[in-house]
Amino acid sequence: MNRLSFLKVTIVSITLCFGILTANQSSEAFTDQVIQQGTVGEDVIELQSRLQYIGFYNGKIDGVFGWGTYWAVRNFQEEFGLEIDGLVGQETKDKLIKASEYDQDWVQEQIRQGNEFSHYGGQKRPWSEAQQQSQNQGQGGGEQPQGEQGQTAEGEGQPQEPTATNVPKGFSQNDIQLMTQAVYSESRGEPYSGQVAVAAVILNRLEDSTFPDSISGIVFEPLAFTAVADGQFYMDPDEQSKEAVLDAINGWDPSGGATYYFNPDTATSDWIWSRPQIKKIGKHIFCK
Amino acid sequence: MIRWILYIVLLIGFIGAIIYGYQEHQEKNAVLIQAENNYQRAFHDLTYRIDLLNEKIGTVMAMNTPENLSPQLTEIWKISSEAQADVGQLPLTLLPFNKTEEFLSNIGEFSYRVAIRGLDENPLNDDEKQLLSELHDSSNEIKRELRTVQHEVLDQGLRWMDVEVALATNEPGDNTIVDGLQTIEKNTEQFNSNDNEGVFTLDNKTNKEEIKFDGRTYDESEIKDLVREQFELENDIELNVTETGEGSDIPMYNVSFDTGDLHGYAEVTQQGGNMISYMLTRDMGEAEIGLNEAMNQAQDLLSGLGYEEIQMVESSQYEKVGVFRFVREEDGVLYYPDSLQVKVALDEGDIVGLTARDYIINTTAREDVDFTENISEEEAEEYVNPNIEIMETRKAVIENDLGDEVLCYELIGTLNDQTYRVYINTSDGFEEKVERLQQSEEIYGMD
Repeated sequence: MNRLSFLKVTIVSITLCFGILTANQSSEAFTDQVIQQGTVGEDVIELQSRLQYIGFYNGKIDGVFGWGTYWAVRNFQEEFGLEIDGLVGQETKDKLIKASEYDQDWVQEQIRQGNEFSHYGGQKRPWSEAQQQSQNQGQGGGEQPQGEQGQTAEGEGQPQEPTATNVPKGFSQNDIQLMTQAVYSESRGEPYSGQVAVAAVILNRLEDSTFPDSISGIVFEPLAFTAVADGQFYMDPDEQSKEAVLDAINGWDPSGGATYYFNPDTATSDWIWSRPQIKKIGKHIFCK
Repeated sequence: MIRWILYIVLLIGFIGAIIYGYQEHQEKNAVLIQAENNYQRAFHDLTYRIDLLNEKIGTVMAMNTPENLSPQLTEIWKISSEAQADVGQLPLTLLPFNKTEEFLSNIGEFSYRVAIRGLDENPLNDDEKQLLSELHDSSNEIKRELRTVQHEVLDQGLRWMDVEVALATNEPGDNTIVDGLQTIEKNTEQFNSNDNEGVFTLDNKTNKEEIKFDGRTYDESEIKDLVREQFELENDIELNVTETGEGSDIPMYNVSFDTGDLHGYAEVTQQGGNMISYMLTRDMGEAEIGLNEAMNQAQDLLSGLGYEEIQMVESSQYEKVGVFRFVREEDGVLYYPDSLQVKVALDEGDIVGLTARDYIINTTAREDVDFTENISEEEAEEYVNPNIEIMETRKAVIENDLGDEVLCYELIGTLNDQTYRVYINTSDGFEEKVERLQQSEEIYGMD
């Protein structure tokens, strides 16, 4: 009787421990957020790695939830009888964790080395087999090799950085950088809305058929921007200018559709005064 | 003795200065000449291309067969875009030269539209022939003037760099280039003031009629109250209100405020008091909440503002902010022109930006539309490239190349790991638009 109950307690506590251990792992891995398209970060790296491990995703593991990842998630959800919405909520995460492995260090190492590692699940890692074996022995072979994760997770280092970034449609990071430099050199010291407005003017010129149709064409048009003409353009821009440029690209236009602006204190051309004015923000007057 | 040494040192210094000065002068000249040569090339290219354009337009007017017309118009389109590139390289932003650019864009737009439509079934009509001949006259003028200026430039060895100087000092003196170009401007202006509407509007955006909003006109103090309420501002915070000028397509109030750690800017229509857009800036912490939660926040805000029937179509995280694009949905149809953008700070999950400009303007300006639906979803799929694996289909209204709103089937599918969005017109199956969807870009130079 005594022996039996002792055995029971032991079994129960072992099971409990194991349960807690697994539960810990899953919460440790993904954060609580529902991951949706457009997300950038560590969760996405894990998501992509896991999806790649089981063959749903064969794109690059870059930490940005793009269209490729979206379809992979949907296919996964379809296959596993989940609601097909492309959102990675708790249920999808649980299923995914059960079905795949994720070795943070290994993935991190590959990203650091710049390796293309498609079909992560098919790749042999030097130590994985040995470890799997020892585990199989320990757990009687019937268990999933989940312990492996717990072990490797101990050695985890710094957080992983995504190797890609979201860009608005039709713009590259370098276009954004050009605009940022133009905005910074033209309107540093202006209120934020004035900076967004200057960026919006560049974009409005892009739409206008009488101006060049590329960012570089507009920025470098001779005498279009005084800061480009006198070389201030080549200064290092600050973060706020970049934010202003992104806002403008994402649709904010405080200039009200302007294609010109000028500083009334320093404007040398009479012609610019003849344009219909829209508004004044900070020191700049914006006009059509 | 010491005096002599001093003399020699001074002499060496003097000679050194002369040599240095001469070298600097040479370098400066070399740079100047290079800049001058760029301007000269752009200008001479421009005159050549206007010449060519004039000749081609003349040829087209004499032509009769559609088979020949299409290639010729395509050629005109190409030349006009090259000429526009030349204009873009000239230091003309300080000069009122935009009318000439307008001429170039008009002829480009005209030739493009006519060239892409089937001229066999749909030959040039009388209005278009009339417009073509006006464009021809106008190109004649511009050509003659440009050739005259070019002659002066070559004859008298004029330099473009001098124009810059003349403009910078704002001297009304005798400057052939400026004068010549201003004459061209006047003539083109005359042409452009003729009304060519009725044939087609060359620029859809600027020709929109003034938009009338429902509701009464708000005055400044009411706008202040409105803004205070919207952003829950204390009464002692000063609001700075300005009105928009005559160039604005909608009369609006711009309101800005500063609470110390929060800076805000909002635009409200004078008629009806609609919040067109706002931006809040503050120092942001690290991203704490996920994009999905942020999206729910955005949705709550929008429904609070009365935007109920909307659908999220785009979500992206940019470091510490999430940006969402919503469009109006009516009877299962997405109206892409009626879009709203919302920016959510990911540290505290509050809304830091909203722009409803497109939504408000387009829903107000749209008159009753009547789209025809002749083809079914299955038929629409037939029109799509068979290599694209279609994943999703829905109906959407988009603005096409010509600036018209059309009802389409929106088919999203994949081809070789890339995702594409194809729009098939519901009335005739025309492939209005094909876009490759890409959201992310590799970060270059990461080690």
